[in-house]
Amino acid sequence: KNCNNDEKQYVGFATLPNQVHRKSVKKGFDFTLMVAGESGMGKSTLVNSLFLTDLYKDRKLLNAEERINQTVEIIKHTVDIEEKGVKLKLTIVDTPGFGDAVNNNQCWKPITDYIDQQFEQYFRDESGLNRKNIQDNRVHCCLYFIPPFGHGLRPVDVEFMRALHEKVNVVPLIAKADCLTPNEIKKLKDRIREEIEKFGIKVYQFPECDSDEDEEFKQMDKELKECTPFAVIGSNTVVEARGQRVRGRLYPWGIVEVENQSHCDFVKLRNMLIRSHMHDLKDVTCDVHYENYRAQCIQEMTSKLAQDNRMESPIPILPLSTPDAETEKLIKMKDEELKRMQEMLNKMQQQMHEKDQ
Amino acid sequence: MATTEIDIFANEEKRSLELAGHVGFDSLPDQLVSKAVSQGFCFNILCVGETGIGKSTLINTLFNTTFESDEASHYLQDVHLRPKTYDLQESNVNLKLTIVDTVGFGDQINKDESYKPIVDYIDTQFENFLQEEMKIKRSLHNYHDSRIHICLYFIAPTGHSLKSLDLVTMKKLDSKVNIIPVIAKADTISKSELHKFKIKIMSELVSNGVQIYQFPTEDEAVTEINSTMNAHLPFAVIGSVEQVKVGNKMVRARLYPWGSVQVENESHCDFVKLREMLLRVNIEDLREQTHARHYELYRRCKLEEMGFKDTDPDSQPFSLQQTYETKRKEFLVELQRKEEEMRQMFVNKVKETEAELKEKERELHERFEQLKRMHHDEKRNLEEKRRELEEEMNSFNRRKVAAETLMGQALQSCSQQPFKKDKDKKN
Repeated sequence: KNCNNDEKQYVGFATLPNQVHRKSVKKGFDFTLMVAGESGMGKSTLVNSLFLTDLYKDRKLLNAEERINQTVEIIKHTVDIEEKGVKLKLTIVDTPGFGDAVNNNQCWKPITDYIDQQFEQYFRDESGLNRKNIQDNRVHCCLYFIPPFGHGLRPVDVEFMRALHEKVNVVPLIAKADCLTPNEIKKLKDRIREEIEKFGIKVYQFPECDSDEDEEFKQMDKELKECTPFAVIGSNTVVEARGQRVRGRLYPWGIVEVENQSHCDFVKLRNMLIRSHMHDLKDVTCDVHYENYRAQCIQEMTSKLAQDNRMESPIPILPLSTPDAETEKLIKMKDEELKRMQEMLNKMQQQMHEKDQ
Repeated sequence: MATTEIDIFANEEKRSLELAGHVGFDSLPDQLVSKAVSQGFCFNILCVGETGIGKSTLINTLFNTTFESDEASHYLQDVHLRPKTYDLQESNVNLKLTIVDTVGFGDQINKDESYKPIVDYIDTQFENFLQEEMKIKRSLHNYHDSRIHICLYFIAPTGHSLKSLDLVTMKKLDSKVNIIPVIAKADTISKSELHKFKIKIMSELVSNGVQIYQFPTEDEAVTEINSTMNAHLPFAVIGSVEQVKVGNKMVRARLYPWGSVQVENESHCDFVKLREMLLRVNIEDLREQTHARHYELYRRCKLEEMGFKDTDPDSQPFSLQQTYETKRKEFLVELQRKEEEMRQMFVNKVKETEAELKEKERELHERFEQLKRMHHDEKRNLEEKRRELEEEMNSFNRRKVAAETLMGQALQSCSQQPFKKDKDKKN
C-alpha cells in the first residue's frame, strides 16, 4: 500500500543537494575561457559584455605594419568575481595575433601547444605524491569568432577548429552580427552548420535533455541547439533605449541592444556559457578531452618502453589497449626476419654436420 | 635654311591679341565633346577585397543595375582576376564598362603571393597598350583600352586599423593604379568608431608611404567639392539592391530589426559621396591620370629595362632608330661572342678527348709490348729446356748405343774364341 511509504521514517539524504551546494560555495569555482579569432572581431568587447566588467583597460593594439609578420601570443587575464556569495575565479586566455599576419601557416600551433601544456601540467600534478592543491589551468571552452563578412567558413577557420576540436570544447560564434539582416543570419548559420559537418569539425554539443524534464525546458533546449552558431554582438557602452539604460550600440538608423533576443543571440550565449552549461563544459573537458590526452600520453610512454627493452622488463608494462597498427607490422617483420635467420643457421649447421660425416 | 627660321621664331616672346569680334573657336570644346560622345567612353574598374565583403553588391548599387555574378568560394588556391565588360547607355552617352573582380583574395592561409596576380594583370594591360603604341600600323582610336582607371580597395570594418594584407597590397599597387580605399559593410560601425577608424587608416597609409588617389583641386569648378571629399576618405559604404519602404517612398536600404540603413542617406553612409566623386565629377581625371602618370611610368620603366635612354652620355637626344640600331649591333656582337665561346669550348673538349684517347692507346701499346716480351722470354726458356732435354736424350741414346755395341762386341769375342782353339789344334 502507498501509505506505507509515507509512514516510513524520513531518512534525510534528500538534503544532499543542499550539502553539495554549501560545500561548493565554500570551495568556489574556477573557469578558463579561451577566445580566438582575427583582430577586430569584437572578442574583447564580447568578454566585457558577458562578465559585465572591463578586463582590457590598458591594452595596446598593433598597427597593420607591425602585424605583417606577427606571431600568436597567449595572454592570460585572471579575475575573481563574486555574485550572491558564489565566488568564481575566471581566467580569460587571449590569443592576439591569430590570423593577422600575411602568412598564417600553422598560426594555431602556439594555441594547441598551450592547451597541451596545461594538460601535461595537470597530468603531472595528478600523478604526483602531494595532490592537495592541484591548480586546474586546463582550458574549459574556446569561443571562436567567425567573421560575418564572408559566405561561410574560410580555410583558416576550418584548419583552426580541426586542430583544436579534440583538445578543447570549441564553440563557434558569428561575430559582429549587426551587419547581417535576419535573412542573411539564417543563411550564414545554415551554411556554417553544413560546412562544419562537411569538414568533420567536432564542435561542442549540448548534452541531451533528460526525458523527465518539463516541456518548456525541452523546447528551450531545442531552440538553443537550432540556433548555433550563435550570432553575437557586444558593447562596452550603455545607451538609452525604450526608456531604459541598456548595453547597446548607437547608430543613426537605430539602436542595437545587446540583450534583446530579437537583435542577436547574446543572451542565449550567456545563458549557455554561464548559467546552464558552465559545469558541463568543465565535465566534458575533464572526461573527454583530458582523458584522450592522458590515454595518448600513456600509450606513447609504454610503446617507448616496449621499444627499449624488448624481452623482459623489470617494470610491469601496462597492457596496451589498442596496439598501434604500425608497431604490430614492425613486430611481424622482425619476427619473420628472425625466423629466416634461424632457418639459415639450421641449414648451415646441417651442412657442416654432413661434411664432418 | 629652314632650320634657322624656326630658331628665330622660338626665341620670340608670345604675344596675346584682342579680338575685334566673335570668331567662333570657342566652340572647340563642344566639337571635342560631340566627337567623344560619338566615339563612346571606356571605363575600367578593379575591385580588390576579401570574398564576401560586398564588391559585387556595391558595383550593382553604383550603376543601379544587377550585373551577373556567381558567389565565389572561399577555398580557391590562389587569387584570380575576372574581368567582365558591359555596354551601358545613359541619355545619349555610351559607356563601355569593364569590371574586374579579384576572386579568392584574402582566403588563403598564406597570403604572401596574393598581390602578384593583381599586379600582373595591371601590367599586362599596360603592356598591351604599349605594344599597340609601338606598332608600325596602329589603330589607337579603335583600340579597346583595357587599362585599369580606378582600383576600389575594400577594407573590412574591423574598427581597429588596416589589415596587414591591405597594407602590403596597397603598397604594391599605388604606383600602378589610382586607388580609392573604401570601408565596406559600414553599417557595423557606429559614428564615433568610424571617425577614429578613418583617422587611423589614413595615418597608417601616410606613415607607410602609400599614395592613394587624391581628387584634383586645380580646376576651380571642382576645387571646393573635391577638397571636402578628400577629407572624407576613405568612404564608408553600404550596398544594397533591395528596395525598402521608408516613409512613403521605396528606397534602396537594408532592413534590420532595429531600423533600416538607407544607401542614399548621407547621414547613414558615404555612398552618395563615392558615386559623386567616382562617376559624376572625376571620371575623366581618373582616365587622364591613368594614362599620363601610371602608364607613362610603366612605359618608362619598361623601355629603360630594354636599354633605351632619352639622352646619351653627351646629352644629345637619342632617336629611337639609333637606339634600335645600337641595341641590335650590341646584340649581334654578343651573339658572335657567345658563338665563339661555344666553339672554343667545343674545340677544347675535342682536344681533351683526343689527348685522353691517345694516352689510352699508348698505354695499351705498352701493355702489348710488355706481354710480347714476356711471351718471348717464356718461349726462349722453353726452347732452352727443350734443347737440354734433347741433349739428355741424345747422350742417353749414345750411351745406350755404346752399351749395345759393347755387348755385341763381347758376344762376338765369345763366339770367336772357340774357333781359335780349334785352329790351334789342327796345327
